[in-house]
Amino acid sequence: MQPVIKGKAYVLGDNIDTDQIIPAQYLSYNPSDPRERKYFGMYANSGVPDAEAGLPKGNIRFVPEGQFRSEYSIVVGGKNFGCGSSREHAPLALAEAGVQCVLAEFYARIFYRNSVNGGYLVPIETVERLVEKVQTGDELEVHIEEGFVVNKTRNERYDIKPLGDVLPIIEAGGVFNYAQEQGMLK
Amino acid sequence: MPGMTMTEKILAKHSGRARVSPGDNVWVDVDVLMTHDVCGPGTIGIFKEKFGQSAKVWDKERVVIIPDHYIFTADEKCHRNVQILRDFVREQGLKYYYDPEFVKNEPGMPNPYRDPTKTSYKGVCHKALPEEGHVRPGEILLGTDSHTCTAGAFGQFATGVGNTDAAFTLGTGKTWLKVPATMKFVFHGEIPPYLTAKDLILAVIGEIGVDGATYRTMYFAGEGIASLTLEDRMTLTNMAIEAGGKNGVCDVDEKTLKYVRHRSNRPNWEVFKDDPDAQYHSVYEWDLATMEPMVAKPHSPDNKDTAYNCRHVKLDRAYIGSCTGGKITDMIFAANILLGRQVKIPTYVVPGSTEVHRDMKTLNLRGVPKDKNEKSIEEVLADAGCIIGPSGCGACLGGPPDTFGRLNEPLNCISTTNRNFPGRMGHKQAGVYLASPLTVAASAITGYVTDPRDFVQARIETGVAGVV
Repeated sequence: MQPVIKGKAYVLGDNIDTDQIIPAQYLSYNPSDPRERKYFGMYANSGVPDAEAGLPKGNIRFVPEGQFRSEYSIVVGGKNFGCGSSREHAPLALAEAGVQCVLAEFYARIFYRNSVNGGYLVPIETVERLVEKVQTGDELEVHIEEGFVVNKTRNERYDIKPLGDVLPIIEAGGVFNYAQEQGMLK
Repeated sequence: MPGMTMTEKILAKHSGRARVSPGDNVWVDVDVLMTHDVCGPGTIGIFKEKFGQSAKVWDKERVVIIPDHYIFTADEKCHRNVQILRDFVREQGLKYYYDPEFVKNEPGMPNPYRDPTKTSYKGVCHKALPEEGHVRPGEILLGTDSHTCTAGAFGQFATGVGNTDAAFTLGTGKTWLKVPATMKFVFHGEIPPYLTAKDLILAVIGEIGVDGATYRTMYFAGEGIASLTLEDRMTLTNMAIEAGGKNGVCDVDEKTLKYVRHRSNRPNWEVFKDDPDAQYHSVYEWDLATMEPMVAKPHSPDNKDTAYNCRHVKLDRAYIGSCTGGKITDMIFAANILLGRQVKIPTYVVPGSTEVHRDMKTLNLRGVPKDKNEKSIEEVLADAGCIIGPSGCGACLGGPPDTFGRLNEPLNCISTTNRNFPGRMGHKQAGVYLASPLTVAASAITGYVTDPRDFVQARIETGVAGVV
């Protein structure tokens, strides 16, 4: 895990469900096939209604048409990020598009678990709601160990919560590596 | 020391401990792992990457594979994904696999099964799991689908996981879980004829919100739940995930045991129940006599209102199907309202499983085998103008653009399904109203969201449907 994650923010609202993160019609791609896997990046966040895509203005594409990577490596969300379907394609799609961490008030259980166990991205809980404070395009620095975010664009600082129980799994790079380190897997 | 809940007892037993408390992280032995065509290929890929190309699953009788999501589509990648499942089943010698044999690994729309009694294909995994004997009290079931929590209606711990977790369990038979605190929802009285379990769960989710049970167990209790059929209990536990719940449970009673004795492919199980001094995160109580037919308005399952309040909402389509609202009793509820009437808007019907489809052909409106001269449930629905498709997940989650019943335009649809976030059934601007099969059928007749009390006079009997 990188101690500091730097990048541009892409801001979404509350209850962003995994159908919005990766719509069901794209789930026929096989994530285990590298030629197909990159398409999850192409369609990441494509289910978000246009008016809510890239707050506060909206109508900002997360990934440019026909491309596989996003210029935004940090996603900011509100409550219950990643709710709905258990599809692991959701954190995978964000990671394929280049997302390194999500900053949200709190997460739906399965998305959080998939993000951590699959080692896709770091799901960070914020202390205060950032959806109205951060704007899409703001340059952020996330200091995970020190527990704060710096908004370079607005010269603001926000506190984040410690990763707690899941830190060793994130540091190991996922549940398989963690289980190996613990001697559970050969 | 305080008592324990059913969920705590199941997790304690499976982690080899005398007791566990909410918040404990435990490694547990998994009894059954289920996957399907959408998450199976990714799970298999991770399994092979991490355990090796020649690795074997931990127990070939405890892995269940049920293709159900993208079956009736011309998308070649979907056919290829079914083939990946077949190859894995053959390579591993898995005992429980339900093949859509009419899906060939080639382009073109597959021909659906002609006769639901003559196919190995089952349809929606959450309906097929109990039908095929994979669900038992006291066990731990994991599935690569968020609605795996449905099986908690049978007094077990069942929850949805991602591909990585599933691959880990495939190789080890284990997973780690944080023990959830339990929220108790008590229903008093007997369910009135105009309500189904769908109204109850929409009321609960509307009250606590789509994040109201995050990381927790939802326990549905009281004589109101005891009075429900097993299938209606499945509707409650099925939608625990829509409140963020980790799992949902109901008590085991004679109805549960009768079904499981008849179906289970293993002879033994253990029944757990909450201790009288079990600790709850919170307790909510409802009186069934005062509850009303409910809808969840676009675009969230907690956007609750009464059907009556929404009576001026004009609809373009109705949909009856899915693990939530495509069971045989759901079909009986809808058919009783539609008998002798005509739908005013296109109304799509998708049986939850091929067994549901079979029962739609063989049972009458009272849920008992029909006489020669009686109409079947399927005939009543077809006579009313419903369009009936093959069993499977259908348009509940949108799926490929050629999916039966998918909302490819910004339409208003009333549906017996489980989720109505933007784009769930297809188009991002479509508006989905979640409701009971009674409300959906009544609304299909009028073309507006309609309180089913205008159409239901007496209790709708469901006979032997879904009983064993």
